[in-house]
Amino acid sequence: MTTTAPAPVPMPWRLARVEDGWLETRTARTVVLDVPGWPGHDAGQHVDLRLTAADGYTATRTYSVASAPEAGRLVLTVQLVGGGEVSPWVVEEARAGDELEVRGPIGGWFRWSAEMLQPVLLVSGGSGIVPLMAMLRERSRTGTTTPFHLVHSARTPDHVFYTNELHALAVSSPGLRVDRLYTRGGLPDDARTPGRLRPEDLPAVDAFDAPPLVYCCGPSGFVETATRILLDKGHDSGAVRTERFGPSS
Amino acid sequence: MNVVTRGFAGRRGPSNPRIPPGQYLETDFPVLSAGPTPGVRTEEWRLDVVDTDGTRRSLSWADLGALPHEDLTTDIHCVTKWSKLDTTWRGVPLEAVLDGDGAVATHVLVHSYGGYTTNLPLEDVTGGRAWVATHYGGKPLTPEHGGPARLLVPHLYFWKSAKWVRGLELLTEDHLGFWEQLGYHALGDPWREQRYVGD
Ligand SMILES: Cc1cc2nc3c(=O)[nH]c(=O)nc-3n(C[C@H](O)[C@H](O)[C@H](O)COP(=O)(O)OP(=O)(O)OC[C@H]3O[C@@H](n4cnc5c(N)ncnc54)[C@H](O)[C@@H]3O)c2cc1C
Repeated sequence: MTTTAPAPVPMPWRLARVEDGWLETRTARTVVLDVPGWPGHDAGQHVDLRLTAADGYTATRTYSVASAPEAGRLVLTVQLVGGGEVSPWVVEEARAGDELEVRGPIGGWFRWSAEMLQPVLLVSGGSGIVPLMAMLRERSRTGTTTPFHLVHSARTPDHVFYTNELHALAVSSPGLRVDRLYTRGGLPDDARTPGRLRPEDLPAVDAFDAPPLVYCCGPSGFVETATRILLDKGHDSGAVRTERFGPSS
Repeated sequence: MNVVTRGFAGRRGPSNPRIPPGQYLETDFPVLSAGPTPGVRTEEWRLDVVDTDGTRRSLSWADLGALPHEDLTTDIHCVTKWSKLDTTWRGVPLEAVLDGDGAVATHVLVHSYGGYTTNLPLEDVTGGRAWVATHYGGKPLTPEHGGPARLLVPHLYFWKSAKWVRGLELLTEDHLGFWEQLGYHALGDPWREQRYVGD
């Protein structure tokens, strides 16, 4: 008799309770969620988040996990989108004890784990840093020394998420390089004039000892520009993984 | 589960029977893709049709252009939650592309430039339910949105509408594609909310 694989079961919606939260910038909030039964995830994956109004109306959106894999707990960072349905609740309304639901982890491609040994180039625009931060945190948690290079683009220094932690990681982690670039206005002693991503902002494939795996995340326009530059600089399109947030414009 | 999220009211318009469960109405056209946008020139573009017995036909851009085209207006639904109504497309019905191929096939594995694949039952891409689309909103399809040509299967979640289509592999059984091996549902019917494996 042949055995057939059991039918896959749907991923359940799990109750999540806001445990803590703080502003990353004036318009983005990090929330720590206590999620009983959460199995953990891989760095780079995302979750579906569902909010329910008193009359049963629901709204669901997708958010990357910012924290390193951990059972029972998730950290998200949400950028306010004006006129949006879900992000204003997270950024302006959420407080400790509030209840919502999450489902996941989702996404099998845009993820990194410490067994992956090739060098890593991370490229992010704005809130696109969220899943890449999970990778940096996982690298730090596991103590691997795989070379990592983050190039992060934000409007101004005030728009950078995780500022203190990025600084601390950059000065304390061998093999990690962090470059920030600003599109609207930088710091007084910046060598780079502010502006959108330019070819010289991204390393060529031969700047690494071995061709890196590249993770690129941000608004769609940013990802288009960044991936075009990466291919021009010799990176193989099969080595470049992308995640796009938000609309195409 | 009986969860109420304190302080959440929702932004609701009149409920719209054209929006599947768990989706919201979007006016923009977001992009979902796993890697860089391939730049495929129409001079080098090919669409290979491989039948269940291994016979292969290869259509050039001109061959595709010579097939009968249809204009259609349809709603599309992305697994990342947005739905967009009344989008306008121009394309070749898949039956015209297959031209009798796949007589004993039950499924098709669609191949894209960039290496991605997605699987579909043949009955979901025949009978006027799927097209090889070359125009969106009256203009040639941009690379970001799958140009020069993408599959269009509007009754399923939009990842099934493979961008940068380059091959149709006819099969007598279902073979999971790229997204489906990574946890997305094998069929992806938005009205049954078949987002992920097991839904
Ligand atoms: C895989 C994935 C991971 C994501 N991870 C994160 C994350 O970690 N952090 C995060 O903040 N967001 C993330 N997003 C985006 C998130 O899912 C929502 O799209 C976003 O929070 C807006 O939802 P909303 O309900 O507030 O606005 P909506 O009600 O959905 O949108 C209102 C209007 O704003 C426009 N809009 C939507 N998003 C943007 C945007 N980014 N910029 C400008 N206009 C916009 C829409 O076109 C719409 O017209 C992710 C999206 C995906 C697909």
